[in-house]
Amino acid sequence: MAGNNSIAPVDIRFTVNGQEHQASVEPRLLLVHYLRENLRLTGTHVGCDTSQCGACTVLLNGQAVKSCTLLAVQANGANVTTIEGLEKDGQLSAVQEGFWEKHGLQCGFCTPGMIMAAEYLLSRNPKPTEVEIRQALEGNLCRCTGYVNIVAAVQYAAEKMGGAHVSR
Amino acid sequence: MYPASFAYHAPRSVEEAIALLAEHGDEAKLLAGGHSLLPTMKLRLAQPGHLIDLAGVAGLQGIREEGQRIVIGALTTHDELASSSLIRAKLTALAEAAAVVGDPQVRNRGTLGGSAAHADPNADEPVALVALEAVLVMVGPKGRREVPAVQFFEDIFTTALGADEVLTEIVVPVTSGKLASAYKKLPHPASGFVVVSCAAVLEGDGQRLQAARLGMGGLGGAPVRAAAAEARLAGQAPSEATLAAAAALVSEGTDPADDLYASAAYKRAVAQVYARQALTAAAERLRA
Repeated sequence: MAGNNSIAPVDIRFTVNGQEHQASVEPRLLLVHYLRENLRLTGTHVGCDTSQCGACTVLLNGQAVKSCTLLAVQANGANVTTIEGLEKDGQLSAVQEGFWEKHGLQCGFCTPGMIMAAEYLLSRNPKPTEVEIRQALEGNLCRCTGYVNIVAAVQYAAEKMGGAHVSR
Repeated sequence: MYPASFAYHAPRSVEEAIALLAEHGDEAKLLAGGHSLLPTMKLRLAQPGHLIDLAGVAGLQGIREEGQRIVIGALTTHDELASSSLIRAKLTALAEAAAVVGDPQVRNRGTLGGSAAHADPNADEPVALVALEAVLVMVGPKGRREVPAVQFFEDIFTTALGADEVLTEIVVPVTSGKLASAYKKLPHPASGFVVVSCAAVLEGDGQRLQAARLGMGGLGGAPVRAAAAEARLAGQAPSEATLAAAAALVSEGTDPADDLYASAAYKRAVAQVYARQALTAAAERLRA
């Protein structure tokens, strides 16, 4: 069966960053490749390709998932958010701003995945402790920073989002 | 890495899934969360010609309490288990095991049924299922059957689930009496998988244990019950000394394999430490 070219494509339909997409895909197509190659949303990175490093993290119906370990067909009907979907009208999200302000990166390769995992954390837990931040980023590897500034970036975002709450 | 080509099926019912399994035989694999199967397929260690996605199958979701038992749909994710107030309160060891599977992204996709059916010898939840005396429910062409966890997990990646069956539910009995449990794990520092782990289930009160059940992970090809330790605890007061004496017995009769990270002797020794931690945590909860 391997290498058989007569496999029927599957029709899928999902929303990516607020935009609806329909496609007919090979069943083995991974979500990350659909995002990068079909939609040219190349902010979602392929790092380890073995579900360890988290560079490919996107939100699927609001939940952080590793898009290298998901078939595009499994996202049928879902709402997908990638790093490109965070900025609104030229404004960075609080997490993106945190990574900028606190210099939460060096080479930047892991950054999109880190930011998506942090967005997911703050959507569930707006006031995380440092330990909770580190636990929430357990599925994301950075080989440059030592994580200190990444944690500071998430803390910055949590404060900023909380601050907006208080001032309202 | 791409998996080898396969045909994709999205049945809507257990019956449809069973019919697809019957039609495609050895060529077919069931897909739940895909967090064991897809990595295996990407590495081409598995190359099924047909993938049967269970995600749209009705009746495999959700956690519910039915009298003296808790019924968990096979597609319940690790995160759903770890976040469920019912599981945390009544099956604490299972919630704690689910909370330390992989990482947050993996827990959002991976499922209890998938973990059980895959039966990785270093997985977390099977250890808790064995200690909690869970029953695994499977449906196939010959109907429905129930297999206790300790018999379901036969060996490394080997279970009692037939190739023509679908695992549908995990049923855990809860007694009307007081029950407390805990799960403690030594994770491999790189992979996070179990080096050794212990799920301890204690029944009784702060004064006297009616029964104790211990599931041990990492000491064999499948989780095992620590019978000698359980016997040491039954009828006893859960004092620190008694818990320690029981924990010292958990590796009896086990024959773990040496691996690059831990020798068999180390696993047998360190298992006692984690058993003691699990017993102590469970006993504290029993007293609370």
